[in-house]
Amino acid sequence: MSLARAWGALLRRDVLLALRQRGQLANPLLFFVMVVALFPLGMNPDPVLLRSIAPGVIWVGALLAALLALESMFRSDFDDGALEQMLLTPYPLPLLVLAKVAAHWLVTGLPLLLVAPLLALLLNLEGEAVVILLTSLVLGTPLLSLIGAIGVALTVGLRRGGVLLSLLVLPLYVPVLIFAAGAVGNAQAGMAVTGQLAFLGALLALAVALAPLATAAALRISLD
Amino acid sequence: MGDFLHMGGYAPYVWVSYLFGLIVVVVNLWQPWRAEREVWRQLKRRRRNEERMNESETP
Amino acid sequence: MWAWLHRLGSPKRFYGWSGTLARWAGWGSLLLGAAGLYYALFDSPPDYQQGESVRIMYVHVPAAWLSMFIYMNIAFASLISLVWRMKVADMFAAASAPIGAWFTFLALVTGSLWGKPMWGTWWIWDARLTSELILLFLYLGYIGLLSAIEERDTAARAAAVLALVGVVNIPIIHYSVEWWSTLHQGATVTKFEKPSIAWTMLRPLLLMALASTLFYIMVALRLARAELLRREADSTWVRELIDGRQGGGDR
Repeated sequence: MSLARAWGALLRRDVLLALRQRGQLANPLLFFVMVVALFPLGMNPDPVLLRSIAPGVIWVGALLAALLALESMFRSDFDDGALEQMLLTPYPLPLLVLAKVAAHWLVTGLPLLLVAPLLALLLNLEGEAVVILLTSLVLGTPLLSLIGAIGVALTVGLRRGGVLLSLLVLPLYVPVLIFAAGAVGNAQAGMAVTGQLAFLGALLALAVALAPLATAAALRISLD
Repeated sequence: MGDFLHMGGYAPYVWVSYLFGLIVVVVNLWQPWRAEREVWRQLKRRRRNEERMNESETP
Repeated sequence: MWAWLHRLGSPKRFYGWSGTLARWAGWGSLLLGAAGLYYALFDSPPDYQQGESVRIMYVHVPAAWLSMFIYMNIAFASLISLVWRMKVADMFAAASAPIGAWFTFLALVTGSLWGKPMWGTWWIWDARLTSELILLFLYLGYIGLLSAIEERDTAARAAAVLALVGVVNIPIIHYSVEWWSTLHQGATVTKFEKPSIAWTMLRPLLLMALASTLFYIMVALRLARAELLRREADSTWVRELIDGRQGGGDR
């Protein structure tokens, strides 16, 4: 079949497989909500104070939820040998990787977006800032999946690669965190956010182009 | 001399900094030294075993 | 065309020239380090603002510089390893990592010690220290990945990919942290660098930077050579080496 059809088929397959295990999908989402909800409990829940920490807290929650969700990206395919099969197909591996990452984002990143307004409510984030929060998540969560994929590919062969994965991926997430939370913070202060969002957009473009290459290389190494 | 050690009142900060520098240097001198010693020991032992086996093969 | 590179990187050849280089680097580092320390502690002026605490700079700045330089070396060696499949490059990269992590740690500790008398706190989230902290995590991740994968060659190749991904990200991280730092700069502005530095201060700084760089080269090469011997233990040239050693008495 043509590359485009193969790409679409892989995307559809991954999404369907993930949807069959709806319980698994819910976990990172619930984690996201719980982590954010814990902050007010650990401090003085003064609305003004909560509002000021909201951008950072929500985004750190998103990072952690993304990390949690990363595990599932290649795990089951690795376990049953489907991943090796993918390496043997004539289709370029980076493009197949892109399909898998896209599927992963659809089932793990997109839900975070849907839940974000609730979290904004919990932390007293309002108005323009919520819109910017959603925008930053739209730009940022695919970045988390793309960058995270590299880390997953490097550790997929390990039995307990979970904590190592976090160590590998979190430093790479820092720029996303800085600019995404920075944008929301700026929106709160009524300042311009175009710079931060533009930077996120540029990072996203770079990641779409390069991350699948690195991920494919890492997969070939891990499955050697 | 007293002034020198005193470092204008910053003595603990300055001297502990240099102390950490010394620690890092010492640790990184020790590592390769230990690695080298280990390797040579192992290699020599293997060589001796090989020679012993070669000798025992010639009756 | 790349034949000379492959020859240079062949285990036996590498062992030869790296030994000489390591020895020169070692002595050079000792001499320059002694000179650097002399000027740093005895023959350079105190800063008019920071007083004698500026002498910490002669440890902190070389350590910070070296922490970046070593990572660049690891990335470069990783590239050579992946493109030309040279095991020797793998070993050099693996040997460099712990040293790099140590110097990053040193940069953080001395940065903290330098900052305490200046800003009154042990830690401050300024651009330089924050970047160094993230760099330390990059190093630890690299070392962690190397030790987590059991198969040695797979580990080396995976770590090589990680190092290259890291090196692409470092400018991005630096830029992000710079931006973030200037955004949240309070009344305290950190000034580690002055616009122009006096020669009396530049001299020990350069000497210490050079000395520590040569020190790194010596240590990394020695570690790589030891690993090389272990791996190539069954080859003829190593056998001859051991026989030569044993003939000339025990070390």
